[in-house]
Amino acid sequence: MAQRAALRRKQTTFRWVVVGLVMAFFALPMVAAFEFTIRARGAEGGYDAKTWQTLLDFGTLAESYPDLAKGIVASLLLAVVTVVIMLVLLVPTMTWVRLRLPGMSRLVEFICLLPLTVPAIVLVVGLTPVYAWVIYLLSGATVWLSFAYVILVLPYAYRALDAGLRAIDVKTLSEAARSLGASWFTVMWRVVLPNLRTAVLSASFLSVALVLGEFTIANLFAYKNLQVAMYLLGKSDSKISVAVGLAALAFAFIILFAMSFVGSRRERKS
Amino acid sequence: MAELASPAPSPDPGPGAGRPRRRALGRLRPSGALAGLVPFFVYTTIFLIIPTLVVVVGAFLGPDGRPSLGSLAALGQPGFLKALTQSILLSAATAIGGAVVGALLAYAVSTAPKDGLLKRFVTSVCGVLAQFGGVALAFAFMASFGLGGLLVGWAKVVGLDLGSGIWLYQWDKGLMLVYLYFQIPLMLIVFLPAVEGLRPQWREASETLGGTTWTYWRRVAGPILMPPFVGATLLLFTNAFSAYATAAALVSQGSPLVPLQIASTFSSEVILGQENVGKAMAFSMVVVVAIVMALYTWIDKRASRWMQR
Repeated sequence: MAQRAALRRKQTTFRWVVVGLVMAFFALPMVAAFEFTIRARGAEGGYDAKTWQTLLDFGTLAESYPDLAKGIVASLLLAVVTVVIMLVLLVPTMTWVRLRLPGMSRLVEFICLLPLTVPAIVLVVGLTPVYAWVIYLLSGATVWLSFAYVILVLPYAYRALDAGLRAIDVKTLSEAARSLGASWFTVMWRVVLPNLRTAVLSASFLSVALVLGEFTIANLFAYKNLQVAMYLLGKSDSKISVAVGLAALAFAFIILFAMSFVGSRRERKS
Repeated sequence: MAELASPAPSPDPGPGAGRPRRRALGRLRPSGALAGLVPFFVYTTIFLIIPTLVVVVGAFLGPDGRPSLGSLAALGQPGFLKALTQSILLSAATAIGGAVVGALLAYAVSTAPKDGLLKRFVTSVCGVLAQFGGVALAFAFMASFGLGGLLVGWAKVVGLDLGSGIWLYQWDKGLMLVYLYFQIPLMLIVFLPAVEGLRPQWREASETLGGTTWTYWRRVAGPILMPPFVGATLLLFTNAFSAYATAAALVSQGSPLVPLQIASTFSSEVILGQENVGKAMAFSMVVVVAIVMALYTWIDKRASRWMQR
């Protein structure tokens, strides 16, 4: 018992030292960038909150930086649509492969990991003819970029979900549910999904963060999402663009942090 | 008869176990089961396979659209070879650095109470940073290390002269540092599920049998974590190798890395007869990453061979 307590104490110390050091390393440039945004314009120096006032008032922002405001809205929509498509596409497919078609798992894995060998910049080149069709059949709206974004998140989402599926015994779980008379839909929704909670959340985390940070495809296809708007703004007004960057980071952090609580509340209920 | 079509790797279920399984899982025929994969394959064909083929085939086409090795031959230019070497060095260094630090962080976080505030906080921070290797990160660094930046002042207090901040824009100094800001978090995200898969019971079993902490790491946790660790490191390599946004925002002169070289062939006016050189460069990127992934598959196969029960 004493040995266990000693181990736990050692682990706690180790945890705080490592987490503290790495977090400090992450925080340094953010703090410095924040200090940069609150510097007063003009020669005498000092600090003021003018940049942040502009940014936090969406009305003013939309007025003085219309492209930025549009980019923010577009990126949020893209994030939601991408996560939905990704989950609908991957979770049933991967579960199904595990249950019924283990022979296909190699192929599905290969396809899901293929985007790793096809970097975004390469994908842009190859997607040009495909997007000509998307624009022709649907529209030139920015939201259809999420089709390409799903491909970008595929490997990360796959790994997260695969790790989750590896940790649970899907076969036994669904056999148990099926023998108790559950339909396949019930098996997916009530048995597999709750057990994959952590994996689904981490796959969604990665997807949202990736979409909010995506620059390459949008920029080279000349769509204006958040990152592109910020990049273009950086050339003329560096203070506001650094502030937007920090705000985007903080906002993405808040979403992810909040999402992690939503996940655990559902867990307690079921 | 579905279970006959796909031989189950599970051990002999014993007499009587076949019937419930057939009833539970064998209702649909194999062809019906395959239908479940149609949406996935259709989607990935349109948005992944076709674009890939466009690039791969395009690399072997000349400007007139006929098969030619001319585009690939253009890769022999010293400028491109230099960019390729630099890209590989940058990716390897940040992958290894990021993997080691990220794995330590993942283990440290995994010892925290489940659903605790610390774990949520760290995973959220990492989730944001991992894919935020974009413009925002570059801007944050420019603000910190630019003229009169806060970190330049702090470094001076410690006795470090960072000079004019030119180093930030060099691929082997500044870019390497900035890349770690998305490599370490990505390692945490990718590696945390593996570390969390370590059951406390295994440690207890090891201790009950007289094993020390070292024995546990050497004989139990190490072998279990090695394949995911190597896999994650290779993933980090490809992540850095394909990264474009950070480099594009930081580097304004020249194209020291392959993605910047490709972008320059596509974003600028295309020289007549050079349309497919960009595709050839893109193809070379695909080849490098494919080699790394093949290595990963090989390691994974070897690892899973001795990990089988």
